[in-house]
Amino acid sequence: MTVKTASPPTRDERVAELGAFRSMLRRPEVGAVLGALVVWFFFAAITPEHWIGLGGVARIIDSSATLGIMAIAVALLMIGGEFDLSAGVMTGTAGLIAGLLSTQAGMNFWAAAGIALVFALTVGYINGLMVVKTGLPSFIVTLATFFILRGANVGVTKMLTDQVRVSGIDKVSGFALARTIFNTEITIFGEKFWTAFIWWIVLAIVATWILQRTQWGNWIFATGGDANAARNVGVPAMKVKIALFMTTAGAAWLVGIMNDVRLRSAVASQGIGQEFVYIIAAVIGGCLLTGGYGSAIGAAIGALIFGMARVGIVFVGWPTDWFFSFLGVMLLVAVLVNNYTRKRAEAMTTAMAKARAESQEEDEA
Amino acid sequence: MTAEPILEVQHITKLFGSVIALSDVSAKVYAGEVTCLLGDNGAGKSTLIKILSGVHQQTEGDYYFEGEKVKFNSPREALERGIATVYQDLSLIPLMPIWRNFFLGLEPVKGWGPFKRFDIDFAKRTVRQELLKMGIDIRDPGQAVGTMSGGERQSIAIARAVYFGAKVLILDEPTAALGVKQAGVVLKYIVQAKARGLGVIFITHNPHHAYAVGDRFIILKRGRTLGIWSKDEITREDMIRAMSGADELEALSHELDELARRDAAKKQLELAQAEAEVADELEEGEKLFDE
Repeated sequence: MTVKTASPPTRDERVAELGAFRSMLRRPEVGAVLGALVVWFFFAAITPEHWIGLGGVARIIDSSATLGIMAIAVALLMIGGEFDLSAGVMTGTAGLIAGLLSTQAGMNFWAAAGIALVFALTVGYINGLMVVKTGLPSFIVTLATFFILRGANVGVTKMLTDQVRVSGIDKVSGFALARTIFNTEITIFGEKFWTAFIWWIVLAIVATWILQRTQWGNWIFATGGDANAARNVGVPAMKVKIALFMTTAGAAWLVGIMNDVRLRSAVASQGIGQEFVYIIAAVIGGCLLTGGYGSAIGAAIGALIFGMARVGIVFVGWPTDWFFSFLGVMLLVAVLVNNYTRKRAEAMTTAMAKARAESQEEDEA
Repeated sequence: MTAEPILEVQHITKLFGSVIALSDVSAKVYAGEVTCLLGDNGAGKSTLIKILSGVHQQTEGDYYFEGEKVKFNSPREALERGIATVYQDLSLIPLMPIWRNFFLGLEPVKGWGPFKRFDIDFAKRTVRQELLKMGIDIRDPGQAVGTMSGGERQSIAIARAVYFGAKVLILDEPTAALGVKQAGVVLKYIVQAKARGLGVIFITHNPHHAYAVGDRFIILKRGRTLGIWSKDEITREDMIRAMSGADELEALSHELDELARRDAAKKQLELAQAEAEVADELEEGEKLFDE
């Protein structure tokens, strides 16, 4: 019997290298990019006079920016395997706390916003803690939070102001600086933009960097992919989830403050119903509902698709009553496109794996 | 053989509420040896390894690692001491690429402060090298683990544990879900890990796989130690008899035949020295069994 030493297997020329095109198709946000292009060309064909040009861009971006910020945070949470149904109403809660404390208690706007931030992060922390400690679906836990906050938003606002809105936020100290930093109007080439869009872009880049390039990103994917397995190899899955709930709450605070400084007032019904829009934008952006897969840039683009639809329907002159139906159709189309491209990409990868396994068996035989 | 065991438990008892999962179990594991933990379903194998790997804590009894009394509160603590566990589910995330999986939980980082980041180039390069050492050429470290075969996944999990400097490698039924050929590949990796000086704890309910690579055998039954033998103290048949009834023997002999036949074919192939040893053992076992 001869014993040969195992030599490393040589490359198999039958298996092609993974091309740049295919690895691009494998990215989760590819469906969102295609969807955005389709929607853009759709409206560009119907109403080019409004759509093409900086004016159209400004309107679309304005309509997408705060939604995009939330969609990014919600996408991170979804990749981590959880939902947050309280994310929408939290934008209202944060805005109301900052508004009420500054107008009713005479606080500096920054101090009021700081307290609102602490409150938002605490609620996020409690959401996360409840989910990881009880093992209940986050859908139920945050649905409870949603209703609690929704009631409190109206209850507390009415109690303190006898109205369902807080007005006169622009008269408090510190407002001007807050407006400059969080959300103010700037003019670029003669078109007015709200600076929330800069936050949106920066946060999309930061979130993508965290997901793709850091240890935390690896942990987020792993926690959403299989929390048990992740914990077994030493990933602090519970901490990751809690941190993600705090991130959505933090993003909701940011959007709440942006609304305060833009509208100079806050309404008690702010944000209700938006939580589904965030989730839909994240799904259009390539996030799997089951977690462990998705993209922050994709979610930002998903929000852009929403913004385009919202603006486009007005430009075209269709009755806005149909807006949600239109969104529903787009969601369906986008998700189908997404699904198709992902399956195609996976099929190609699997075919490669099979080809390799077969070639190895032949090598050994 | 080292005189001192690298890992030892004495009189371990574990209760889950009123259920006694383990009762007065003692065991020793030596470096450079394969210690097989055998037993049927419900024998307490999983509970014991979960205690060893820090997932559970024993209700009673002592746990020594490298001669020192230890108590691990989490798998991470055990991992930091060099006790790595490859679970049945392999703790690999199917949707994630190989390189992300390989370094999961112990990511190499570079950079400073807020710019500290996952050293991706290093990770991709290292994964390729480490898997090449086990004879697997992955062309694309970006491939999702979910698209790989069972044996390949197992090898990633073992390569990961070895790379991260495990002193004790706990393998929870690594051959259970595999075909005969793939199981043979995994047994080869077990011998390789042993040759590198690791103390390997090999959990299985397949006595043939165990006898092929094991140096020491611990059989559990219904939460108790049925016996502890070194290889020269027990024959394969005695071990099988100790583990199971006559009904199961027939099924097992079937499986053994299959394995031995594959092994005979394998001998003509490129085999590392270690692998040849495994094959010899199996053939010997088959003869004994036929008698």
